[in-house]
Amino acid sequence: MTARVPRRSIRARRALSASMVALTVVAALLATLPLVFILALLLKQGAGALSWSFFSAMPKPVGETGGGMANALAGTLMLLAIASAIGLPVGIGAGMYLAEHRGRPLASLVRFLSDVLNGLPSIVVGIFAWQFLVRPVKHFSALAGGIALAVMMIPLVSRATEEMIRLVPDALREAALALGYTRWRTSLTVVLRTALPGIVTGALVAVARIAGETAPLLFTAFGNQFWSTSLTQPVSALPLQIFTYAISPYDEWHTLAWAGALVLLALVLVISLVARVATRARFGHGHD
Amino acid sequence: MFERGWRTDPPPSSSIRPALASPSLHGASIGDRVYRIATAAFALSIPLLLVLLGIEVAVAAWPALKQFHLSFLTSSEWDAVGGRFGAAPAIYGTIVSSLLALVIATPLAVGAAIFLSEFAPVWLRQPVAFLVDLLAAIPSVVYGLWGIFVLVPLLREQVMPFLADRLHLGGTPFFSGPAYGPSMLAASLILAIMVLPYISSVTREVLMAVPRSQREAALALGATRWEMIWGAVLPYASSGVVGGVILGLGRALGETMAVTMVIGNRHEISASLFAPGYTMASLIANEFSEATNDLHLSALMAVGAVLLAITLLVNIVARWLVWRVQRQERA
Repeated sequence: MTARVPRRSIRARRALSASMVALTVVAALLATLPLVFILALLLKQGAGALSWSFFSAMPKPVGETGGGMANALAGTLMLLAIASAIGLPVGIGAGMYLAEHRGRPLASLVRFLSDVLNGLPSIVVGIFAWQFLVRPVKHFSALAGGIALAVMMIPLVSRATEEMIRLVPDALREAALALGYTRWRTSLTVVLRTALPGIVTGALVAVARIAGETAPLLFTAFGNQFWSTSLTQPVSALPLQIFTYAISPYDEWHTLAWAGALVLLALVLVISLVARVATRARFGHGHD
Repeated sequence: MFERGWRTDPPPSSSIRPALASPSLHGASIGDRVYRIATAAFALSIPLLLVLLGIEVAVAAWPALKQFHLSFLTSSEWDAVGGRFGAAPAIYGTIVSSLLALVIATPLAVGAAIFLSEFAPVWLRQPVAFLVDLLAAIPSVVYGLWGIFVLVPLLREQVMPFLADRLHLGGTPFFSGPAYGPSMLAASLILAIMVLPYISSVTREVLMAVPRSQREAALALGATRWEMIWGAVLPYASSGVVGGVILGLGRALGETMAVTMVIGNRHEISASLFAPGYTMASLIANEFSEATNDLHLSALMAVGAVLLAITLLVNIVARWLVWRVQRQERA
């Protein structure tokens, strides 16, 4: 780094400094502004359209007022359950391997590829799931949608698990081994148990992230106007339904899209807040 | 490190011997092996998944790539009925909208990160950082909804006429043509909002990693607060900041739903930001479920393969840059 000697007067330098500091304040304000706008509008447009029937009723055909998204809500919960059932064990298992074999080349490679997987466009995961799971059997299914979401979930969970296991003090592990515990029992009953609250937090954050995903579901879960709980049938999901309603030309559907967006965002935020509060309660400060 | 512990001679006290020699230890070595193999299998599933994904997409894309060769990347013709496919407008739209989004988002994100890590009072840091990070929690489809009903009308009725007529930019090729609303400009703006939290949080982390001594040395030499940032903090953190920006680029390139909802979806290259366009992700999202024949499907898969290749490259470069700063910090 080359040190340049400022030629300007100290007054000019102070003025420049003050104005640049002011600009960073403006940048921070502008960065938080879109959030405020979007939240305010969602509350205004969505709250008016929310009613009990939104949660309990099925979608109605164009022209009929009312109707709800009961099937989409159930579909989203089902997809999240499938994704968690697959993504959590694989992600946690991979995270445990990464934490316990820190220095090995394989661990570094897996950690790097996990980051790469995390950065893949969700639409590419969608066409992959279609090619792999939908095309051979020739029909869309809830299972394919859930697996596509699980692919997005695995890198998030494995990274969170690894970080949480690293926080467990080595002394704890050594104490268990010294008492004659075998290594696998030490890992499962001492290390994993100690890290569990943190891993639960990481899992919740991952679920919140994938709950709003639309692109991986377009060609896998596909959407469904009817009630379906079958794994092998297409199923509706909240983000898919919002997308369909938003690009439609009908006002009633637009209103439902706003209500759906409010519910989806509330779902995502409640899950993330629970995760945040849980972490804070455990570590006593705002640790991410 | 535990290996060493097991290999040492047993302690003199004979009462421990039976415990070590007990059958549970023998069984445990099998348990340890099973445990190690199981976690290794889970870990290996990640590389396997990536390889499988690459192969599946490449195989599906192969017929179209074989038929059109390089013209798939350079041609603007996209005729599903006639069976002629060129993805140039989608590639152009993806790159231009993402780069423009970065140009808009980077100064704001870096500025906000500098404010939060250097100037903000301590009580303000957590809440403001939380609000900025919250932007990343909003689902893409919700951004799209906001884009359709707020951003696009605002652009059509206020911003575009203002830029073209009041500022007399309508004569330049970049701001010419009718103001439809759905446009490259709309897509870039919504992408800028969406990548801002990513750039900002990486930048904040990198700035926090800059040693205190670096700042104190600059101040001790008589630097003003801004000269300290510009001369001592940013140069130290620069490759990490660039890494954060490139991570944001990776996000922007692959973003699908919000862009599909506001970009106008037209298969044409236009210099004007007012004109509708296409991105690779939105092209796939729009046409995939309506693809009529195998070649059309394969062409869309090929678009996916190109998108995959570009984002892989961008992500690898970004990770490498961030990793370099962290290593430097540890050294």
